[in-house]
Amino acid sequence: MPTAKSSAAPISRVNDFVVRFANVNGSGSASANEMFARAIMRMGVPVAPRNIFPSNIQGLPTWYEVRVTEANHLGARGGVDLMVAMNPQTFDKDIAGIEAGGYLFYDSTKELPASKFRPDITVIGVPLTAICNREYTDPRQRQLFKNIIYIGALTALLDMDVKAVEQLIGEQYKSKPQLIEPNLKALNIGRDFAILNLSCPIGLTVRKADKVGDRIFIEGNASAALGAVYGGATVCAWYPITPSSGLADAFTKHCEKLRVDPETKKAKYAIVQAEDELASIGMVIGAAWNGARAFTATSGPGISLMQEFIGLAYFAEIPAVIFDVQRAGPSTGMPTRTQQCDIISCAYASHGDTKHILLFPENPAEAFEFGAIAFDLADRLQTPVFVMLDLDIGMNHHLSRPLTWDDSKKFDRGKVITAEELEAGKDFGRYLDVDGDGIPFRTYPGTHPTKGSFFTRGTSRDRYAKYTEEGAPYVDNMQRLVRKFDTAKDMVPRPLQATSVNQTKYGVLYFGSTAPAMDEAIHMIEARGHALDRMRIRAFPFHSSVNSFVADHDFVFVVEQNRDAQLRSLIVNECGIDPVRLVPILHYDGTPITARFIAKAIGDHLDQLKLTPMKVTS
Amino acid sequence: MTYLAKPKFHHPGLPKNDLGYTHRDYEGTVSTLCAGCGHDSITAAIIQACFELSIEPHRVAKISGIGCSSKTPTYFLGNSHGFNSVHGRMPSVLTGANLANRDLIYLGVSGDGDSASIGFGQFAHALRRGVNMAYIVENNGVYGLTKGQFSATADRGSKSKRGVTNTDNSIDLAAIALQLGASFVARSFSGDKQQLVPIIKAAIAHKGAAFIDVISPCVAFNNHAGSTKSFDFVREHNEAVNRLDVISGRMPIEVQYAPGQIEIVEQHDGSTIALRKLDADYQVHDRAAAQAFLQHHAAKGQIVTGLLYVEKDADDLHAHLHTVDTPLNALNEKELCPGQSALDKFNASMR
Repeated sequence: MPTAKSSAAPISRVNDFVVRFANVNGSGSASANEMFARAIMRMGVPVAPRNIFPSNIQGLPTWYEVRVTEANHLGARGGVDLMVAMNPQTFDKDIAGIEAGGYLFYDSTKELPASKFRPDITVIGVPLTAICNREYTDPRQRQLFKNIIYIGALTALLDMDVKAVEQLIGEQYKSKPQLIEPNLKALNIGRDFAILNLSCPIGLTVRKADKVGDRIFIEGNASAALGAVYGGATVCAWYPITPSSGLADAFTKHCEKLRVDPETKKAKYAIVQAEDELASIGMVIGAAWNGARAFTATSGPGISLMQEFIGLAYFAEIPAVIFDVQRAGPSTGMPTRTQQCDIISCAYASHGDTKHILLFPENPAEAFEFGAIAFDLADRLQTPVFVMLDLDIGMNHHLSRPLTWDDSKKFDRGKVITAEELEAGKDFGRYLDVDGDGIPFRTYPGTHPTKGSFFTRGTSRDRYAKYTEEGAPYVDNMQRLVRKFDTAKDMVPRPLQATSVNQTKYGVLYFGSTAPAMDEAIHMIEARGHALDRMRIRAFPFHSSVNSFVADHDFVFVVEQNRDAQLRSLIVNECGIDPVRLVPILHYDGTPITARFIAKAIGDHLDQLKLTPMKVTS
Repeated sequence: MTYLAKPKFHHPGLPKNDLGYTHRDYEGTVSTLCAGCGHDSITAAIIQACFELSIEPHRVAKISGIGCSSKTPTYFLGNSHGFNSVHGRMPSVLTGANLANRDLIYLGVSGDGDSASIGFGQFAHALRRGVNMAYIVENNGVYGLTKGQFSATADRGSKSKRGVTNTDNSIDLAAIALQLGASFVARSFSGDKQQLVPIIKAAIAHKGAAFIDVISPCVAFNNHAGSTKSFDFVREHNEAVNRLDVISGRMPIEVQYAPGQIEIVEQHDGSTIALRKLDADYQVHDRAAAQAFLQHHAAKGQIVTGLLYVEKDADDLHAHLHTVDTPLNALNEKELCPGQSALDKFNASMR
């Protein structure tokens, strides 16, 4: 069954469809698939790719999804229009996921019984293995070029600009030019086969557009790491953990490029791969105590290990920036799947009464901005600051607005007393609330021979850092920490609000990587005849406008990617809101939340509200 | 008398060091440890060492973990910043602090529970990274603050105060420090100030990871018959391989010794150690031989003390990371932030 027509009307769409590649992990498919996505972007058509991969180096199934979206719907949509089914392990499931009227592209070298297919899809077979066996003798080449051959066939089937792919091949192998020709050859083998043997194009086509603009194609881990460079981080201590390792790797690469002294060739940064997460956060705290800007990058299990130190940093008031690239827990959970599941564990990290600053970037551009300002906030507030990424933002390429920087910006190093000020007789009490904002002054070690030294400890102390176990100074200190947290409310990024054109009693709160799916879902909900005001929360502690937003609506949906409605719990807890007013919309299967899911969950709920109850007569 | 504030007055005739500071300028608050605690002797030795080295007191960062030993940094160098961190984690905090400012002197104070049990990993990794520090373990073989449980350095067969015999093998931190690549390893005894002070001075002057295991008897919980960390036991079984008689800056050594007894060790910073050999065969620059020597003597129940190993051309983590000479915490926006022009190039490369 190399090719077969569909019993359902084949989907016919231009610049608006989802292609999913099903591959075997470690087969070299990722770079070919990414090239496919980039080629479409180079044609001026926005794309949203997502890598769905296993915790494995070789052998397990992996998928790469490319949403082609001229309308700029950059969230995951759900459903597949064209399945490139290259993995026999998942073949049946992959076929089941195709939309009615969709397309299946598969390797037809080995004949499969008709029962393996669906009648309501168009089946396109290309004997990829046979072609590779004919063209190549080296087994590794047979595998690697197979990926390029199917990309070649797809350029014909989807009516793509083959020059865009050719150009990308040239760029990719700039440093290994001997590989350019064989890759171009493979591309043309696939393309020529399709043109000669298949009916091209199919109903799904890519047409050149001008909808990408000056946007960049970047992973959140890379942009967040660049944010750390721009934010002035000089010390990075980390321990490898998916999905955050890429952040530390990217920081290393950025630093090698941007932070080496041109004359001495010496590094204006120090990166240590620590022995575990306890050591990495310990190093961050030591460095920040000593006046450097320092950070670590980790994921949920790492946050768990850092708990004790985070409490120390909170209580001893030491700045620390922690990038948490969230993955599905609990325990090892699903290490290569995305979730927003560390909200509570970060907001209240450590034993005793603690509260921490959380920032929720929506995409790589904001990850860059928040990655930089996190260091100002940590220094200003002298406390840990969490930048809450997730696997979806961190490890997927996103079409993102270009990164910008204000060259007149100065680092805010916070309240630091200098040797000159001490010499001039300025009173220094490490935990003295001089300005009434709860933020005390500090000195860096080594500042002055006889003034300004103090002892840092996790044990209770008075306003002058003197050890005490008395109740009153302890309470005084804990109350000041609450004041400081209140001060933070107006310093952290404010929520962004959008009011529906139609007046509504209902609202929706969301955050982080849910944003692009939410942007799309709102249109779908409107199309169902409902209106929703929305607010994207960008930080914790919550700004007072969060309270107002909830107060202004009869009830508010809270959309999150975890099981327990963690952000909702935090709002209930911190804003004193009746939980009944907050309706959880939860997506937590490890895949990125989709517009379809949100629209259905919220739409169904609103539909029910529209029902007029029947009068009960007895 | 720990409830009394420490008086500030002192004799006007107290000797001053090269910087004009007296011994008192290197002291801290009054100790809250038990009277007779070995740790207080180590505190006194640190004060003496810093005074003799003429260190600016505020140029030291003293960092500790949790436990009796880790409380001591409040009792010395009152003009230094101190950091009493979390249990077993002094090495990571010290490493981070050192990365931030390479110009300060880092004094890490820990205990046997802190370094050999809960913080064994951090102890190991800070040494193998070559962090430039003097890492002192005040080793008494018991948990004092929690009232006398065995620690991991307690010898097998030794008895606790309650009469329990320890059945676990002990960890010899000095032996492990040698194996891990520490570039300066010494062991001493809190009751032997003559030996301890020059060792601390040499460790501070050493550029690289310097480790000192100081046996420091716990008078409350580990100073009884049957203990192998009591004052009496350590005195009887102390096998000193050498004594550091002089450590000076770049001053020539003037003390006269009989030939063959003395080895002059040049330190990286230009300071010099005069090492008086007590064991004629002991080679202080031979890591493998030092390890074997420790093992042989431990098997005989002897506690080997002295400077056990020093690497002649040691370097440190900053050298490995090739960091700039300016402390990282002193770099500003201009030096750290590449600005919009670099970002324009970056954006262009991401399309």
